[in-house]
Amino acid sequence: MNHTGGSEIEQLIQLLGRLPGLGPRSARRAVLHLIKRKDALMIPLASALQRAVEAVTICEQCGNVDTNSPCAICTDPRRQQNMMLIVVEDVSDLWALERAGVGPVRYHVLGGVLSPLDGVGPEDLAIDALIARAGEFAEIVLALNATVEGQTTAHYITDRIGGLDIKITRLAHGVPVGGELDYLDEGTLSQALKARTVLQNP
Amino acid sequence: MDWSGKGLIIGVRRHGESSVIVEVMTPERGRHLGLVRGGRSRKHAATLQPGNKVSLHWRARLEEHLGTFSIELIRARAADLIANRHGLYAAQLIFAHLRLLPERDPHKRLLGFAEEILDAEVDLIRRAQMLALFELALLDELGFGLDLSACALSGEESGLSHVSPKTGRAVTSKAAADYVDRLLSLPPFFKSTKTATIQDCLDGLRLTGHFLHMHVWSVRDIEPPPMRDQFITDLQHAL
Repeated sequence: MNHTGGSEIEQLIQLLGRLPGLGPRSARRAVLHLIKRKDALMIPLASALQRAVEAVTICEQCGNVDTNSPCAICTDPRRQQNMMLIVVEDVSDLWALERAGVGPVRYHVLGGVLSPLDGVGPEDLAIDALIARAGEFAEIVLALNATVEGQTTAHYITDRIGGLDIKITRLAHGVPVGGELDYLDEGTLSQALKARTVLQNP
Repeated sequence: MDWSGKGLIIGVRRHGESSVIVEVMTPERGRHLGLVRGGRSRKHAATLQPGNKVSLHWRARLEEHLGTFSIELIRARAADLIANRHGLYAAQLIFAHLRLLPERDPHKRLLGFAEEILDAEVDLIRRAQMLALFELALLDELGFGLDLSACALSGEESGLSHVSPKTGRAVTSKAAADYVDRLLSLPPFFKSTKTATIQDCLDGLRLTGHFLHMHVWSVRDIEPPPMRDQFITDLQHAL
């Protein structure tokens, strides 16, 4: 039987191996690295994890993760003056938009998209919560993935919010920055052509 | 074991960090699943979308294994579907219906019908008519076909106007007179190539929905696809 140094270390390897991007081999390397740098890395990591376990919560308004609920984004006075709400599928999308510096906007995290194959229906997503707060905003931007499931969800939300007097928009689909036409798929090219913008009128 | 062919992607599910399990509908092998390694990469993202027609090569050690697919795009429908609300709803509904079929059991007629609906550039009424006819064909292929050939009571072949919700057999308006409130309306386009009205489409979807519920959804303990209700709501608003 293989021996890797005690049940605590085995358990640590198993747990780390469940993380995205890590398998058993890379988890073993990570654990060895942590053990070698116990004071500089392992102890601070353990206490950081403990603090995160105690403090991290889901924002009751938008579904973001933060140490407070409502989160820092929802309570930011600059953002509260802005009447734009961006709807995203997941917290990682919210972080991506924040990294892009989209401005002082507020968000709503759906927690997924409609997916019959995975058994995700409207009741599994934060759509009712979105409808409940939609009236506070002048514009709702549906920043969902340009996939069949993402856009079905976008249309479904539009139907559900349809009765309210709110502008609903979605992100443009087309050529990405740095994209070369020759390498783009036909679908993206056709969407880009349909959504072309005018540079000059006669 | 391996085979090559063409297919319609009807579903894509994440598998691990980089791969996906793709569900396709093929003419010869019916609904077939397979793993696509690296399917979550940017390179594959646009190809592996439901609605796209693809060229497939499936390979596995044994016939009963999941196996792996090599996939190349033949026709990118997904981008056009995304831009069309009713087209997208219809597509999602068709994919959910095709998923009711058993795996690796060919259903050429349904696949052909599905592709016809996906390619159709038609209005809401015509699309709803096509969907109702698709559901009628689906019931037939699942073994729960309705008997719309002759009246269950008189045997007459013309003047059929209603269907029994219990037996799925048609009756004439004359024979249905005493029970009309307990019967389901039979839309004329189920018996002929007549153009449908909104009410006909609603009647057709109500009829197929009743039997899908009775024989499939309730038996398998699954909910009807939410897009179906949305489609019916849009039809009711258009009345």
